[in-house]
Amino acid sequence: MKGFPAAARETLRDSQLRRNLGKATTTIRAKRLNTIAELDDWEALRAAGSAIKARAMATLPEQLEQLEAAVTAAGGTVHWARDAAEANRIVATVAKAHGSDEVIKVKSLATDEIGLNEALAEQGIQAIETDLAELIVQLDPNDRQSHILVPAIHKNRAEIRALFERTIAKGQDLGWEATAIAEAARRHLRAKFLSVPVAVSGANFGIAETGTICVVESEGNGRMCTTLPSVLVTVMGIEKVLPQWQDLEVFLQLLPRSSTAERMNPYTSLWTGVRDDDGPREFHLVLLDNGRTEVLRDEVGRQALHCIRCSACLNVCPVYSRTGGQAYESVYPGPIGAILTPQLKGLDAAPTLPWASSLCGACYEACPVKIDIPSVLIHLRARVVREEKSRWEPERLAMDAVGGVFASRKRYETAQRLSKLGRGPLSKLPVPGWTAMRELPEVPEQTFREWWRERGAR
Amino acid sequence: MSAARAEVLGRIRSALGEAPVVPDVARDYHPAGTAGVDLDLFCERVADYRATVYRVAAGELDAALAEAATRLGLSRVGTTLDVQLGDAVELVRDEPPLSIADLDGLDGVLTGCALGIADTGTLVLDGVGGSGRRALTLVPDVHLCVIVEDQVVASVPDAVAALADAAAEGRPITLVSGPSATSDIELDRVEGVHGPRTLEVFVVG
Repeated sequence: MKGFPAAARETLRDSQLRRNLGKATTTIRAKRLNTIAELDDWEALRAAGSAIKARAMATLPEQLEQLEAAVTAAGGTVHWARDAAEANRIVATVAKAHGSDEVIKVKSLATDEIGLNEALAEQGIQAIETDLAELIVQLDPNDRQSHILVPAIHKNRAEIRALFERTIAKGQDLGWEATAIAEAARRHLRAKFLSVPVAVSGANFGIAETGTICVVESEGNGRMCTTLPSVLVTVMGIEKVLPQWQDLEVFLQLLPRSSTAERMNPYTSLWTGVRDDDGPREFHLVLLDNGRTEVLRDEVGRQALHCIRCSACLNVCPVYSRTGGQAYESVYPGPIGAILTPQLKGLDAAPTLPWASSLCGACYEACPVKIDIPSVLIHLRARVVREEKSRWEPERLAMDAVGGVFASRKRYETAQRLSKLGRGPLSKLPVPGWTAMRELPEVPEQTFREWWRERGAR
Repeated sequence: MSAARAEVLGRIRSALGEAPVVPDVARDYHPAGTAGVDLDLFCERVADYRATVYRVAAGELDAALAEAATRLGLSRVGTTLDVQLGDAVELVRDEPPLSIADLDGLDGVLTGCALGIADTGTLVLDGVGGSGRRALTLVPDVHLCVIVEDQVVASVPDAVAALADAAAEGRPITLVSGPSATSDIELDRVEGVHGPRTLEVFVVG
């Protein structure tokens, strides 16, 4: 990990990336506003979405136990994974039990987070990504995901075309139409969908009441993976549980409009355990912790678990739309990543991310479940300073000094007088890390307090 | 009880503390049963996602379907419906269930559905009756879908309420809004990836 400032400095130098991102995020911003404007109850839906998630988290043990019981009753098998290694072992064991050296995958951030593809490869099992953007990233050995929804957002049409003509459509001329690029992906994956016996998916929602798992997608690769193979393994973060079936009426409105700015995404699959003559004969649900219970421990930070992975906060963020996702060095980039990654992995693993924001608040306004990202960022900044930085860090020493001065009127006024002479804790002394990027204001001839006293005397 | 299960549940309980505050959920949005159905809106929004929409009277349905089959060059069509499409089209029933290879050999599929959602232009398949099983409407490249006027509901909450029994029974439910598409190239929706690339919807009534 380089840390956000160093990583961002690198990505900002890539002018093609900035153009691609600027174009994509600007387009989607305008479209999102149009689609949500169609619903006059949007704010009420956001409030309900936020409350449902908060309720689900507050009752999480009961919700997960109910989900487990419902899935099991419907013929599924539920596994619990404390961490990434345990989840990866469970998936590999299922794949091996069916003698498969390939699995087909629906795009899933949870499986990216736990490094499932790499773990399976070590066991001699190849994971084939079937989502177009994931496929694009997988085909380029030097590439990494840069967006929650469209992991290859940093690549434009011409770059994708060139990559495909080098790899899955060798020797073909795909032309400039996006449909020809989509067609090449269809031809490449078709045989895999029809023949690979084991699939792995994530989950957008798991309904405790009915045991129903929900995957929201566009291309049909999700339907293929959750329908055709004889075995399906779903890796679901424990925070994805929704208490009631009825809760879907809120989230199926919030999610598509916030993510792709569609009234509804092309395909939503809902399944419950296994079904005779319809879909997989074996269904495994892996409930994943991997740091989520640590996030839950923080009363301010736990709202990051409400995230439904729509990516609206990325698309509106002035920082993300310039640096791109790779600067965040995590599968969760952008504003939500800046609060989720340090909490999931530990503050010491990503201590710079809470500062990867201008605190403008656009993310909070766009979030369909009203996660107050700016407040969590400030809370995490304080935690990093308290828990991670040494007592002798210059910034902390400076803040301690200023804090002491602000605590007493006498000391404050003395400091003000000193600063006019260019001395003392309020003067324009360089503070490492602060003054590199910030201008301190000129010290005025007269302080407000002096002016007020003079005015009172009149 | 597995060790992992006990440990994860224990961590959650410890993180939440003694008596976590459980917030109420205010459902102040438009609930199910409050909006009237606008059939024109349904047709418009289905078409908005590049599905082709035909409005036909009950007596004209077979002829409209036969015409579509000819126009799209479909000679072998899987179906769940009792329709007559003439001699040019071979109708194949999914009973007993067709193999994946057989499904892949079909030119198209003709089904009904459970309901439609006007607000979002969505068709809902629920795994029984006219909807058929999931693979049937997934593998063939052309999907002709018949919906009767009174199957259309106004909103997403209406649809979720209407599907509560199907969910409780564990029926697989698929929401379809337009043909297969992707937003992965420059965040722009383009049609045609893995699901049926042609979706034609026949609204009867």
